[in-house]
Amino acid sequence: MAIITLNKKQFEKEIGKLDEKMQNKIAMFGTTVEGFNDKEIEIEVFPNRPDMLSYQGFKRSFLSFLGKTSGLKKYKIYKPEKDYKIKIDSSVKNVRPYTACAIVKGLHLDDEKIKEIIEIQEKLHTTIGRKRKKVAIGIYPLEKIKLPIIYKAIEPDKIKFIPLETQKEMSGLQILQRHPAGKEYAHLLAGKIKFPIFIDANKNILSMPPIINSKSTGKITEKTKDVFVECSGFDFYTLNKCLEIIVTTLSEMGGKIYQMELGYPKKQTTPNLKSEKMKLSLNNTNKLLGLDLNEKQLKKLIEKMGHDYKKNYVETPAWRTDILHEVDLIEDVAIAYGYENFIPEIPQISTIGQENQKETIKRKISGILTGMSMIEISNYHLTNKNDQFKKMGLKTKDFIEVKESKTDYKILRENLAHYLLKILSENIDSEYPQKIFEIGKVFETKESDFAKVKGGERFREGQISKPQQRAGGYGDDRAISRVREVGGGITESEHLAAAITPGNFTELKQIIEYLSKMANIKIKLKEPEEFPPHFIEGRVAEICLVDDEKFARTNINSKFKGGSEPLGEDLGGNKRANLENTKVIGFIGEIHPKILKNWRIKMPVTLFEIDLEEILES
Amino acid sequence: MELKKILESLSPNERKIIPYLNENIKEICKKSNLDRVSVIRALEYLQNKGIIKLSYEIKKIIEIGINGALYRKKGLPERRLLNLLDEKRILKLQDAQKQSKLSNDEFKASIGALKKKAFIEVKNGNVMFIGNKEEISKKSLEELFLETLPLEYDSLKSEQLHALNTLERRKDIIQTKNAKKVGIKITEIGKKISESKEKTQDLIEQITPAMLKKESSWKGKKFRRYDVSSPVPNISGGKRHFVNQAIDYARRIWTDMGFKEMTGNIVVSSFWNFDSLFTAQDHPVREMQDTFFINKKDSLPDKKLVKNVKKSHEKGTEGSKGWQYLWDEEEAKRLVLRTHTTCISSQTLSQLKKDEFPAKFFAIGKCFRNETVDWSHGFEFNQTEGIVVDPNANFRNLLGYLKQFFTKMGFEKIRFRPAYFPYTEPSVEIDVWNPGKKVWLELGGAGIFRPEVTIPLLGKHIPVLAWGPGFDRSIMDYYQVKDLRELYKNDLTKLRKMKFWMK
Repeated sequence: MAIITLNKKQFEKEIGKLDEKMQNKIAMFGTTVEGFNDKEIEIEVFPNRPDMLSYQGFKRSFLSFLGKTSGLKKYKIYKPEKDYKIKIDSSVKNVRPYTACAIVKGLHLDDEKIKEIIEIQEKLHTTIGRKRKKVAIGIYPLEKIKLPIIYKAIEPDKIKFIPLETQKEMSGLQILQRHPAGKEYAHLLAGKIKFPIFIDANKNILSMPPIINSKSTGKITEKTKDVFVECSGFDFYTLNKCLEIIVTTLSEMGGKIYQMELGYPKKQTTPNLKSEKMKLSLNNTNKLLGLDLNEKQLKKLIEKMGHDYKKNYVETPAWRTDILHEVDLIEDVAIAYGYENFIPEIPQISTIGQENQKETIKRKISGILTGMSMIEISNYHLTNKNDQFKKMGLKTKDFIEVKESKTDYKILRENLAHYLLKILSENIDSEYPQKIFEIGKVFETKESDFAKVKGGERFREGQISKPQQRAGGYGDDRAISRVREVGGGITESEHLAAAITPGNFTELKQIIEYLSKMANIKIKLKEPEEFPPHFIEGRVAEICLVDDEKFARTNINSKFKGGSEPLGEDLGGNKRANLENTKVIGFIGEIHPKILKNWRIKMPVTLFEIDLEEILES
Repeated sequence: MELKKILESLSPNERKIIPYLNENIKEICKKSNLDRVSVIRALEYLQNKGIIKLSYEIKKIIEIGINGALYRKKGLPERRLLNLLDEKRILKLQDAQKQSKLSNDEFKASIGALKKKAFIEVKNGNVMFIGNKEEISKKSLEELFLETLPLEYDSLKSEQLHALNTLERRKDIIQTKNAKKVGIKITEIGKKISESKEKTQDLIEQITPAMLKKESSWKGKKFRRYDVSSPVPNISGGKRHFVNQAIDYARRIWTDMGFKEMTGNIVVSSFWNFDSLFTAQDHPVREMQDTFFINKKDSLPDKKLVKNVKKSHEKGTEGSKGWQYLWDEEEAKRLVLRTHTTCISSQTLSQLKKDEFPAKFFAIGKCFRNETVDWSHGFEFNQTEGIVVDPNANFRNLLGYLKQFFTKMGFEKIRFRPAYFPYTEPSVEIDVWNPGKKVWLELGGAGIFRPEVTIPLLGKHIPVLAWGPGFDRSIMDYYQVKDLRELYKNDLTKLRKMKFWMK
């Protein structure tokens, strides 16, 4: 978002006193006052209004909004004089194909105005110019240039001139390598065999867009009366808009706008400042805004925003880049009407509210656990490799990294367990016992997904757990939680993790059993064949979700054994049937002292983590 | 309090110690047969009741050190050496050390100490006993001193000070500690209480199951009075995280207002996060500077939708000019961490059937942006999202829903002002008044989806009221949290103290 700085004295002289009422007016125009002091006012301009990125542009629109002027502002345009020509060489086609140019004469520049010109140039570069990629602007003192001008592309080593802010002649490549502006924007010419230049009739290079102007011709001063303006880039439409914003700004400063002839294969002249026609229907306006305006009111309102109203359509200014559709004009009507004047109203329509089922269950689980004096915590979804892998005794692999993170949080978390230990380690001075839990999303790649984790592939690489020799394929489909693929092989699932310290296996098992009973989730704890290495062997269990339907069908025997209580029971000794009816959803166990030491935790910790997706979907 | 009431309020422990208040704590413990902690607690209660006045002074206490404890058992090194020499009379220095089993340091210190007392003489590498039997049989000052430790520094006599002085220089024989000494002064009331002959032995302390049996043994007895205003230790219970409490409340507001909850993934394609919301592919928000990209791509949804979105961007749909550029499918496939929950709205709209209008949806969820972390910024934030799909919806309705929601959230003054988002027109910025700071707080954006958004998603233009203001500021405002990082800090001490969302 762009902030423009206005001269307060000038503002108060030409627009009005900056009192509270005026500040409110500015806000209601869609441009907030960000701050001010005795000398300056800072105003925020939204990116859809590059025409307001200078004081002149802001004043033009705002005076109209205040009702001091009205309708479409007209600027006189003079036809090109002799040699007001740009030859566009076909060599620029694959480099930076377009330019739109103009000459503005009769300027009386002072420090303030030069500052404003430089500022609008910069602001346009960063906004609609997309950091000079889409549009680069050059403004030159005309007295130092001999017309006509050629726009062409030549080999970088043939380009030789003294760029602004240096004393030495440089070649095209040297500029990219050494000049500060060259270094900053070098990527815009990367891979190009030829670089674009503007060159005048005396064979003086004026500039190398989109990088830098020449020192001898590229700087306007207080003595400058007439200027040559060029915009170069890839999209002729945007270049024109940009040129029109600049020349009208210069015209507001007292300059006369002259067109130039552009020698594309087809001859063109810029700028035209031709207004655009856009449909505006009274009916659509009233319907979308919920108002009851008549045509006279509509005309008055839309003209306050600098447009001319005709029957069913409006003439919009050439320098407005944001009018894509009738709705953009309707918003202008709304702004002119004043957002503060709309009466909010809720329509009488009947709809049924509904919370997402998953959220309900998550909230209930949280309620059950807090009822057992547990404190819910909430962590970032992003984490770092050291916490997620190294401190947990895991090999650093299969992580999902976000690009160019500005903090240490660079990967998406794949479990909650490491975050729980992190929080315990940060709270070693807080009162004990500490009982915490978190419900939240974790992210896995296909390579690292839950199934595979439980398949043990990762744990075998961990340094702690020594899984027993596996009998047959443990990592079969049974263990795979339904893959919730997001795209790109990434899955997202809700997990629940809880930890208590000091606390032993029994205490936490009591908690998870209570939870499972209260939430009507059937689970069973079993000795695992493999487990995450942060647990102590012999004090860790896998938590299996028991599928009730299948349980009833395949394991009738257990009924006779009073086996309606699946927790921890050996279900009728029918191990095969059990395997088919259960799904591993997580682990519970005591944390290995080595891991506790990694985290500098001074008390024993017991922890469980489960995948909630199966439960939430039931 | 009158005397009688005070008497009735005395706990059994307090009653036990009252007769011994003239003694020091050690004695009180001994005589009352209570441990030190109980005695001190009882004394504090007695003070609360105005019976005594406690004073505390810091006393320097001389205690026995690790080596000192050892020497107290085995004898000081010089004693052990002296005993040896008494027997052997003369020994070579190294033999003396070997036979006395002293370490280097101990041996040197012992030689020095014995020489000073003229018990021995060292000559030509020999050590010789020269003292007389009678004298050496007496305990030295140091030995006497060690035996009497611990002692208060202030009570030391001059010879004890001398012993302290010599022992202090040797390793770990003694140590000094600061101890809090409690002084007890009996007040006027206290004197009356201790002199009182009134019987208070029959007060009931605890109601026991036995008392409640048939006999009703409590009949005719009095209950010991409590000091109901005396402070009790803090406790804290289990608690939902305060951010989630706020979210639960917001969720209830939306459902009360007839909105149905939408949920969605955090990792989404640029297509849903940006393209379906008419955000041009060269828009600055789509740079890594602002958004978290993941180095993977998603597949695009059904072809018709993709085609319509492409058209919308390139040339516009039905009366729109579009953004006038070449739209790239590959760019749309790039995965991002959602930058707003509005991507859930666009997915919902794409699945909506025509007979479902009017429809109202909401979502609350985490969103992400590539930011550094400070008191007012973070890379994660909560957003609350809403859409109303209604052929008759208008701008005033949009303001109506927003005003209702934020009023229920507890904001009294709400302001709407013009704003800009690529996917809404008209667009609104929502401000709420903070009466404490006397400033408008910017909460976030809303608007009516542009036809360039709705036509590809719904097949035709129906006004869709939409909003997605950030939620963290409202949370911070309610809980008076000044630093955004507190929302993710999980400081258990603070979480235990954090008040509930009482709405």
